[in-house]
Amino acid sequence: MKPYARKQYWNAPTLSLWERAYLPEILRGLFITSRVFLRNMGRWMTGRKGALTTYYPEETRFDYAVLNRGKHVLTQRPDGKPQCIACNMCATVCPAKVIEIEAAFDPTDTAHPKYPVRFEIDYSRCVFCGLCVEACPEDAIRMAKETPGLPSDDRRQMWLTLDEMLTWQPQRDVAKPYPAAGAQKIGGAE
Amino acid sequence: MTQDLVIYVIYIAYAVGMLMTFGTILTWVERKQAAVMSDRIGANRAYVRIPFTQFKLIWWGLFHGLADGLKMLVKEDFKPRSYDWYAYAVAPWVVFTPVLLVFGVIPFGGMLDPGRLFPALAGWFDGRTYPMQIAQLDAGLLIVFAFSGMTIIGAMLAGWSSANKFSLLGGLRAGSQMISYELVMGLTVLGLILIFGTVDLGSMVQQQSGTVLGFLPAWGIVYQPFAALLFMTAAIAENKRIPFDLPEAESELIAGYYTEYSAMKMGLFMFAEFIEIAIVGALFTTLFLGGYNLPYMDDAGLTLPGDIAIAMSHGAVVVTQLVVFLVKVMVVCSFQILVRWSLPRFRYDQVLRFAWKFMMPLALINLTFTAVLLWWVQGATP
Repeated sequence: MKPYARKQYWNAPTLSLWERAYLPEILRGLFITSRVFLRNMGRWMTGRKGALTTYYPEETRFDYAVLNRGKHVLTQRPDGKPQCIACNMCATVCPAKVIEIEAAFDPTDTAHPKYPVRFEIDYSRCVFCGLCVEACPEDAIRMAKETPGLPSDDRRQMWLTLDEMLTWQPQRDVAKPYPAAGAQKIGGAE
Repeated sequence: MTQDLVIYVIYIAYAVGMLMTFGTILTWVERKQAAVMSDRIGANRAYVRIPFTQFKLIWWGLFHGLADGLKMLVKEDFKPRSYDWYAYAVAPWVVFTPVLLVFGVIPFGGMLDPGRLFPALAGWFDGRTYPMQIAQLDAGLLIVFAFSGMTIIGAMLAGWSSANKFSLLGGLRAGSQMISYELVMGLTVLGLILIFGTVDLGSMVQQQSGTVLGFLPAWGIVYQPFAALLFMTAAIAENKRIPFDLPEAESELIAGYYTEYSAMKMGLFMFAEFIEIAIVGALFTTLFLGGYNLPYMDDAGLTLPGDIAIAMSHGAVVVTQLVVFLVKVMVVCSFQILVRWSLPRFRYDQVLRFAWKFMMPLALINLTFTAVLLWWVQGATP
């Protein structure tokens, strides 16, 4: 049987004599790592940060993308109520089944009589796919750039509630003009 | 004598305490040094909360070692259905115990005179002095090699009795690798034995307290720089640390000879490994870095070049020597960790070829060169 011959590649790296002497290259490697160690150690000891790591829950990165899919927010009408009409589209499309909505009826608001009393997202299971945002017919749910403060010792603490989602103050881009009082007809039948 | 008993119990308590502390601290140092070397922060989430308050002591993650120990104590102690349960149970201890015993012959300080240290006890001690070393054996270095050779048995026992092919392979690798590098280690030290004319570690360290050429400290590394390099390499290989960690190569053998071990038995293997880092540090310090000696310092005080003598009290001398020894050991340990996080792992055939075809001839050449030089220096008298 023929002895095994290692395949030769056209670009196989070759070692120079200096590299094959091994020790100088080893020393060079040790020098590099110890230099990095001393540099970082010097930074730590003079009160600066000697690491590239973002120390996550305490520190967050400033350079999130503008379109980063982070924490969910509910947009609001000018009077402060959620734009959500509790249609359950987001809960239906959600692949992780983490959205729970409880609808209620408000006869005084004739334009949007159905509204959520409970709108909760289980962040221990959310996959941040953004499908809820795409499914929403009312532009009621969005995802902010900032990441949610996820880490927790208790998974029951990881539910995002309606109140928390409504703390995001909508700026002019979302505030739909609220239908004028008396505009009862929906569907535009003149 | 009661006095001797008291002193040696204190020595043993100090030595065991020091080794355990080193073993625990080194797990932290290893993590942190690796992290700082690679621009990371490192493990720092474990904390101890002061009871009834919200004060969390984090201390740069120092409690991760504690958390590890707790985890290992609490975990399920899984046992394989091996036909040799006795060897399986005994193997971690065979690895762990000799590692501790090696420290028995290593001097960690100079001469202690308890009567001068505590004048109140001067009458009781009656002028007795004790070198700070647990066992003043003439065969010190031989004991070191004998005991560190015993850890091979433990590794092979573990590999054999686990009834697992990965373990067996790991055990075989550990056996052949450690025996090969034991040989190299012995050969590199022979040069030092020729120079100092003794294998007694205490006397070796005493001979390193002077100076050569008027200013260089008479340390082993000055006499034998090449041997120091070879010894360090062989010691890392002997300790099965990363450039040579073939016996427990995760990517090939899961965890090598302790694949089948869990809970505190596995912890014992890890702990033995970390203590062995400290032991290698202590040995290297003793043989090549002048042991507990500060340059230009002896039991009376400092004598700087230019005949400036600074007398020191006995207590100051003892404390300095203890601290200097610990600092040197720590530096050598840190160097080992630096090597571990800098170099990639060898291939297995390369490890053995490196030992037999590269380091062994170099050690022999070094030995021959030392012998000839000594013969020439000492006037070639028969």
